[in-house]
Amino acid sequence: MTVKQTPLFLLVAALAIVGSFAQVGSVQAQDATPPPPAATPSDDEVNAVAKNMYCPVCENVPLDVCPTLACQQWRELIREKLAAGWSEQDVYDYFVLQYGDRVLAAPPPTGLNLLIYIAPPVLIAAAFYVVWQMMRRMRAAGNAVTAGSEMQPAKPKDEYQARLEDELKRLDRGD
Amino acid sequence: MNESMESPDDMVTNKVGGGWGRALAWVFVLAVLAVIAVQLRKTMEGGILLNEKAPTFTLTLFDGGEIGPAEMQGKVVVVNFWASWCKPCEEEAEELQQAWEYYQDRGDVLFLGVDYVDTETEARVYLDRFGITYPNGPDLRTSISQAFRITGVPETYIISRAGDLFYTKVGPFTSLQEILTLVDQALAE
Amino acid sequence: MIANLGYGALVITLLVCLFGTGAAIYGEVKKQPRWVDSARNAMLLTFPLLTVASIAIITLLVTNAFEVDYVQSVTSRSMPTYLRVTALWGGQPGSLVFWSWLMALFASAATLRDWRRDREFLPWVVVVSLVTLAFFLVLIIGFENPFVRYWATPSGSVVTAMFQPNGTTLYTPFDGRGLNPLLRHPGMIIHPPMLYLGFVSLVIPFAFGIAALITGRTDDRWIRLTRRWTLWAWLFLSLGLILGGRWAYDVLGWGGYWGWDPVEVAALLPWLTATPFLHSAMIQEKRNMFKHWNMLLIILTYVLMIMGTFLTRSGVLSSVHAFAQSAIGPIFFAYIVLTLIVSLALLSWRWDGLKSEGTLTSWLSREALFLINNVLFIAILIVCLWGLFYPILTEALGVVGQWFPTLAHIFTGQKATVGPIFYERATGPLWAALLLLMGVAPLSAWRASTARTLGKAIWLPTAVSLVGIAAVLVLSDVRGLTALLALWLCMFVTAVTLFDFYRSAVARSRAHGTNFLVSLWQLAGRNRRRYGGYVIHLGVVLMAVGIIGIEIFQTETQASLKLGETLSLGRYSIRYDSLAEFDTDDNRNVARAVVTVFKDGEQLGELYPRRDFFYESGQPMTIPGVRSSVEDDFYVLLVNWQPISTQTATFKIYLNPLVNWLWFGAAIFILGTFVAAWPEREPAPVRESRRAAAAEAIA
Repeated sequence: MTVKQTPLFLLVAALAIVGSFAQVGSVQAQDATPPPPAATPSDDEVNAVAKNMYCPVCENVPLDVCPTLACQQWRELIREKLAAGWSEQDVYDYFVLQYGDRVLAAPPPTGLNLLIYIAPPVLIAAAFYVVWQMMRRMRAAGNAVTAGSEMQPAKPKDEYQARLEDELKRLDRGD
Repeated sequence: MNESMESPDDMVTNKVGGGWGRALAWVFVLAVLAVIAVQLRKTMEGGILLNEKAPTFTLTLFDGGEIGPAEMQGKVVVVNFWASWCKPCEEEAEELQQAWEYYQDRGDVLFLGVDYVDTETEARVYLDRFGITYPNGPDLRTSISQAFRITGVPETYIISRAGDLFYTKVGPFTSLQEILTLVDQALAE
Repeated sequence: MIANLGYGALVITLLVCLFGTGAAIYGEVKKQPRWVDSARNAMLLTFPLLTVASIAIITLLVTNAFEVDYVQSVTSRSMPTYLRVTALWGGQPGSLVFWSWLMALFASAATLRDWRRDREFLPWVVVVSLVTLAFFLVLIIGFENPFVRYWATPSGSVVTAMFQPNGTTLYTPFDGRGLNPLLRHPGMIIHPPMLYLGFVSLVIPFAFGIAALITGRTDDRWIRLTRRWTLWAWLFLSLGLILGGRWAYDVLGWGGYWGWDPVEVAALLPWLTATPFLHSAMIQEKRNMFKHWNMLLIILTYVLMIMGTFLTRSGVLSSVHAFAQSAIGPIFFAYIVLTLIVSLALLSWRWDGLKSEGTLTSWLSREALFLINNVLFIAILIVCLWGLFYPILTEALGVVGQWFPTLAHIFTGQKATVGPIFYERATGPLWAALLLLMGVAPLSAWRASTARTLGKAIWLPTAVSLVGIAAVLVLSDVRGLTALLALWLCMFVTAVTLFDFYRSAVARSRAHGTNFLVSLWQLAGRNRRRYGGYVIHLGVVLMAVGIIGIEIFQTETQASLKLGETLSLGRYSIRYDSLAEFDTDDNRNVARAVVTVFKDGEQLGELYPRRDFFYESGQPMTIPGVRSSVEDDFYVLLVNWQPISTQTATFKIYLNPLVNWLWFGAAIFILGTFVAAWPEREPAPVRESRRAAAAEAIA
């Protein structure tokens, strides 16, 4: 990486971040399954859907592994709906309508909920920009200093001088 | 609201950006605190208060149709939150039904079953099993339970004719007499 | 009697804290060192006092003193003694006392140093520590008193009170309610104390930072004084998080180690600021830069630590980890507001005195890369904070919908769930970028580093890692860009780190004529912080391998089996042999299945996945049967079964490849922290002479 490329790297990093968020939003859409066969859906098919859901009774435990009776019933409901030929997205929509937004593992990227996907990448990009600006400024200052003298005082000296300065300042303040 | 974190960056820049950055950082920090404060108040306030206006709601019934504020107007309303997966709910199911049959013909008492986070299939099995005939419906989007700030099921709220909360029962009723006494008191008020 | 003694100790400690705070400030303002010394003695006194209080609680817990509310709520007769002792942190009041006790221990240890050189810090370090301690004591005494007892009134009802109300007699229930079942696990016994240790030891660097701000001695002295504290704090915090993960993996039965539960995220937050602080503190030491930034990071770390505790204990976040709802919310909140405002105001006030003295000379210098590392950590923090507050925000914004009914369809006040999928996808690339930096940064030099010098150092490890990834492509069926990229990153960082060790050791062995291994040992001994850091990096890479394994390659399947039927997943399969359901002494109903595990058709042994149902709390708990190897974990869950006949049972099985590297990496990581943090004697004579020289110069 050359010196000039570094800002570019930052930019790419920022884009990657934004990109990764775009992915999150599309998570529900990408798993659209073809219409299932008439046979009873297997446990694995049910779990694949349940994995992205949470029931309000046992907070923070994903539906596919939650051991409570309520969650068992929910899984059976998913099985019923899948057997009726519903798509995965249909099931999510039905559950949201019945039990509210919080059944989904991540808020659907619509309306106010877009905020959750937009805010972090924007803020992170802003943070990168700010730091990049800061570094550029510091570097400009640094070049100005080092242009004259190649040698900077060695570290122990630095510390020594800092201490000395400190002591002097203290003396000036009179404590 | 990650702003509490965003602030450092702002504060680093404000060296150059002037007082604006610093002001912005403070605004962000205060905004975060405000949101936490709102939530904290909500957490602390507990259940809805007796003798205050009870939340209004519309219940969509399993058998079709709706019951809204208009149908509840001027009646004593017994709102029972239940679920088919809830074992303690079964203890009071028969008593609630008997109480409903006792008051049904009067016309000024309404029993409503709000089915919390349940599947329709199981709910219907449960209603059949206990022969429940008073209006029952799902708590769509859990909005009714949120309005009543319930802490679990079963939980029962008795609302007076004036629409104020008359009584709150957490857990199952222990006897038919208990329900009748309370509803009579609400009617007499 | 014992209860009164413990309560007395708590009250006296609070008074001592208040006295110490006052004395320190008075002594500093009036320039009367006697008062400051007195404040320091007050600080030292808190530890023995809180020891008395803690021993009092433990005595009550061990002796079945069920007349005490706390004892009754966390122990029962059937519990073994060691669990009774650990019940000290099994509930809100006890854990607050435990927290304060650790806090007093650490603050006292920090106070015991030789203060001659840093006299001006002393009063403020004492003030910050004592104020923190006093806050927790107020919580305990005012809201969560562990010594409250039951009293029977003449009318037959039972009340709880600290002191005997008139006309009542002491009431002793026969048995207690017992410890929360989730806490009866070895991992859970050590997990909270580790987190508490991490939290309380973070108070020390914060106290010194605030002292530096107040006194205006804003050079890097405060960082030098506390760097070891910070490292230990970081070690405990990391250890607490890792143990929590292990516990979740062993007990919670969802095939994972980290569920991005709100409380887990809350505990991660201080770690996300403490880690960049460790790194950027180094820059301040070496280059006198980023002073504002370091101050901000330590303030944030402290505030996030208090906030994490607050979120867990106030009931604002609901979670498996949350304590029962409690009245301490508002005062906790007030304290957070106070610390945040006071410390940020102090920072604003000293802003100009904290100007960077060093300058940035190269984009590729180590300080520049460290800064990027910091930004990445902050980015992860932003994601986590946002995910944590988003559900609260959506609920709180419901108010807007209530005020303006036209907007009600947007601001519904509906609670949202922010699950693992959000955190994983959002932070994944950021973690990867951090891993890359971990590889590059150690190769770059302080101050000046050019693309050429860096390239020279980097080409060999890059080549080695590319060969490695080619080998993976040829030898295994791992495909997919994400997986390959992630594995390459791990190999790259490993190669860089080992290469650096090797190069330095060879150089040293040439220069000193010692053999390679001896040189390596001496090298690590001479610059422990640096090489300890490298060992930590290696540990992180190994952990990353484990995380990649479980996140990307985890497979699972579930099916109902009749007795004798088998279910396969990859090269493994299980056979359902039997199932027994029985009640235990400690009030559980256990359903325990026996399954035989086969790999490639060969019998490996039996596993016993089970479901415990706790009658008291009405909660089921799924405990997996796990077979571990270096390669993978075979993880079996009992999902459901036919009662009584037990003819069929449903099992869920996971294959978690490489997951044990996570635990192995964690061990290396801890070892590295020990290497880096082990006390070294300060080269005091040199400093002293320097100081003398300074004094001379001044004179």
